[in-house]
Amino acid sequence: MRLKIIYIIFFFNLNLSIYSNEPSFESTIHKNLRCLVCQGQSIADSNSDFALTLKMVVKDLIEQGKTEDEIYNFLSDKYGDWILYKPKLNVENFLLWFLPYLILLIGGLIILYIIRKKGKKT
Amino acid sequence: MLSNTGNFLLIINIFLSSLIIFKSLNCLKINDNLIFKNIYQISLLQSTLVLICFFTLVAAFIVSDFSLITVYQNSHSLKPVFYKISGTWGNHEGSLLLWVIILTIFSFLFLIYNNNHPKNYRLYTLIIQNILILGFLIFIIFNSNPFSSISPLPKEGLGLNPILQDPALAIHPPLLYVGFVGSSIYFSAAIASMIANYSGKFFARSIKSWVLISWTFQTLGILVGSIWAYYELGWGGFWFWDPVENASLLPWFAMTALLHSLLVLEKRDTLYFWSIILCLLTFTLSVMGTFLVRSGILNSVHTFANDPSRGIYILIFLSLMIFASIYFLFTKYKPTNDLINSNSKETFILINNWFMMFYLVTVLLGTLYPIFTDAISNNKISVGPPFYNSVIIPVVIAFLFFMAIGPQTKWIKNKFLNFKSLIAILGGAITINLAIIHFFKSYSLISNLIIISSLFLISSSFFDILKKKKSSFPRIISHLSFGFLILFIGLNHNFSVEKDFNLKLGETKKIDDYEFALLDLKLNQETNYKAVVGELKVSNLATKEKRILNPEIRIYDNPQTLTYEASIQTNFFRDYYLTMSNIDRSEYYNIKFQQKPLMIWIWISVIFLSLGGFLSLFRNAKNN
Amino acid sequence: MQKIIKFTVVLFFILILLVFYNSLNRGTNYSTDYLVGNKLTSISLKNFENNKTLTNNDLKKNSYTLINFWASWCAPCRIEHVNLMKLSKEENLKILGVNFKDKTINASKFLDDLGNPYDYLTKDTDGKQSISFGIYGIPESILINDELIVLKKFIGPINDQDLNVIKEIINSS
Repeated sequence: MRLKIIYIIFFFNLNLSIYSNEPSFESTIHKNLRCLVCQGQSIADSNSDFALTLKMVVKDLIEQGKTEDEIYNFLSDKYGDWILYKPKLNVENFLLWFLPYLILLIGGLIILYIIRKKGKKT
Repeated sequence: MLSNTGNFLLIINIFLSSLIIFKSLNCLKINDNLIFKNIYQISLLQSTLVLICFFTLVAAFIVSDFSLITVYQNSHSLKPVFYKISGTWGNHEGSLLLWVIILTIFSFLFLIYNNNHPKNYRLYTLIIQNILILGFLIFIIFNSNPFSSISPLPKEGLGLNPILQDPALAIHPPLLYVGFVGSSIYFSAAIASMIANYSGKFFARSIKSWVLISWTFQTLGILVGSIWAYYELGWGGFWFWDPVENASLLPWFAMTALLHSLLVLEKRDTLYFWSIILCLLTFTLSVMGTFLVRSGILNSVHTFANDPSRGIYILIFLSLMIFASIYFLFTKYKPTNDLINSNSKETFILINNWFMMFYLVTVLLGTLYPIFTDAISNNKISVGPPFYNSVIIPVVIAFLFFMAIGPQTKWIKNKFLNFKSLIAILGGAITINLAIIHFFKSYSLISNLIIISSLFLISSSFFDILKKKKSSFPRIISHLSFGFLILFIGLNHNFSVEKDFNLKLGETKKIDDYEFALLDLKLNQETNYKAVVGELKVSNLATKEKRILNPEIRIYDNPQTLTYEASIQTNFFRDYYLTMSNIDRSEYYNIKFQQKPLMIWIWISVIFLSLGGFLSLFRNAKNN
Repeated sequence: MQKIIKFTVVLFFILILLVFYNSLNRGTNYSTDYLVGNKLTSISLKNFENNKTLTNNDLKKNSYTLINFWASWCAPCRIEHVNLMKLSKEENLKILGVNFKDKTINASKFLDDLGNPYDYLTKDTDGKQSISFGIYGIPESILINDELIVLKKFIGPINDQDLNVIKEIINSS
């Protein structure tokens, strides 16, 4: 009951019939595949002929029991890495994936250094 | 006629800018603290003439003077007047004129509103700003002249791309330009401050209002752009991590960081060079963004008509800006002793900057990396939403926690206020999150953490409102709405329903708890387009709720374009979003139905976020 | 030390600007024609007229095969058809036609009107097969050798220049 009250106060309405909807395996894959004939759309967003065909093939591949990575590898073999919106983690894309975290690390160290410097002086 | 007037005004403006630079240099030689009166007058004249020049172009669009190439290429006599006017800045040439307006007006206003600052600092700012103005005027005249004429005179214009004929997109560019072109003034001021050795808290005070203005408008501009993308691009998303969107987000990160570091500079007189770097970075990123968008080296949804010769010019301009910035930084840099206590407010502001730099680097890297792999190893890759989401979202959680506890600290002192209350608030946030899980079943760990951390920020900001004095009100508004923004995005993302299927006329389809029926298709003839309007009945079998949605497929005449108009029904709890599109060589239509909870609250949160900026601006103006 | 930092910073920006400059004259439209050298595996195409399936082994005996995706509803296909007819006279080259998302009647009429250049004629009614060939719009053609290695890709209609390129490749050995 208490939980309910907190909830009502917070969302001002209990009738908010929203559903837990973890995106399906299939739609995750669709969102990661670039529609080659469109301008910057994933195949999930596009209704082009190409996107519709690709969706059918992805469905078949899932039914064949292929994993997400196997599907990505299959398609990037045929169409190049361009088709994947999430670049593969390989030597070439290493910087792309790790530089942000490196910056985060270095930034943290700089802040620590500035604070420490003060500590020594006092 | 209008062509000549426009060209004449452009040339006069080149002359006036040069004159201002010349007069200012003369004025600097005189050893007193007075600025020549005629510098003010010329500046005022310059702003006025630029405005007249712009209105000349607006007039040409209104009367559909197709002797101007720009009007011919981007307008049509049958277009509604409103879109004729907005067409002025909806194209490359006209938008550059808008750039120059903002550059000159900001230059003039900065000059007259900063009369309590030393003369050489103000004059150097004016000189540098006018160098920027000159650069853009030359670009306009020699490369992208909106007043270029065409002969023989065409009878009719080519029309404006229909997806750009939209009220949101009419106000989007001006808002965004005030934001990122406005940042030019603190770019100039930063260089001037280094030349004139005018540093510290007074420098911070002189630019604070300008940073606030540009930040507020940039926020609104991004908001309007994403609202437009939401209903016009027809995919139900509102942020696509598209290169063009990223280009507007990058200066925003830099501005946000600057906004915070200026607080430290103003109060504690430290972080001067860091603030300078952020000033330079903001406008540099703005110009770089313009380069990426206008030169056409990126593949994007929002393609601007592009042309490599523009690219070359902006690139030269960008290079000069970067190397001038580096030169002044290297020659003027002095190591400073920044003294900061670990749990003081300064630390948390630094933490804000730290995270902003992380976001900035991630987005910058994601945007530029494909260009680099292509140029260096010929390897073409795409960097899209799944990349940004997986790199950024986990870090946002930590960011929100810091954002919640940061304001509970004091300047200089190494002490937390209300430590116990914070723990209690965190407990409360976790409880509410458990309630959400309890009622709506479970969702992923990351989503849980996002929601807990945003609730933590929200509650601690509410707590602030109860406890604290009025002075920090704008800050609380902005932080609170940022917390709400992330919360709503999190909930929206987790609890939205998506159905994608094909349907033909008269058919009914049941998917999970929903039933869809395509009842009717009508052909409507509008003034400048034909539309196929569908009538779709969506029934929720669980709640017995029924609604009719009317998506459209539009066929525009000038130029011939096909667009898909989403049918959206909004209420305070959720949006119903439906698009319909034809499938080639088939009688079926592809239907995308989405139910997106709390959508409108995402927009409202951003409006309040920028409201915080406005309030802060007014308070700052009152205090000075 | 300071000098090294300064030098690195300047170099870094020069690098970025050079890459920008370099990218100015590159097209942004993506094309898969650089994806050559891959080996085609597990080909399985239905014959246009009967239910037989064409597989890898059928193509291994040809020194060169041009796989051409076409449809009667595709206007550029009509344009390139003339060049395909010319190529069909080449001895070293077999042409495999894949009729893409098309109706059999329309496709037959198309070939009756314009001639049939194909040594093998197959169909891909739902378009799924096209994905395993890396096709994303038609017409599109792939030139392979007897080891089924992709030698060249032609995105869009085969024009006169492409025609010469193909002739050069197949007659080089």
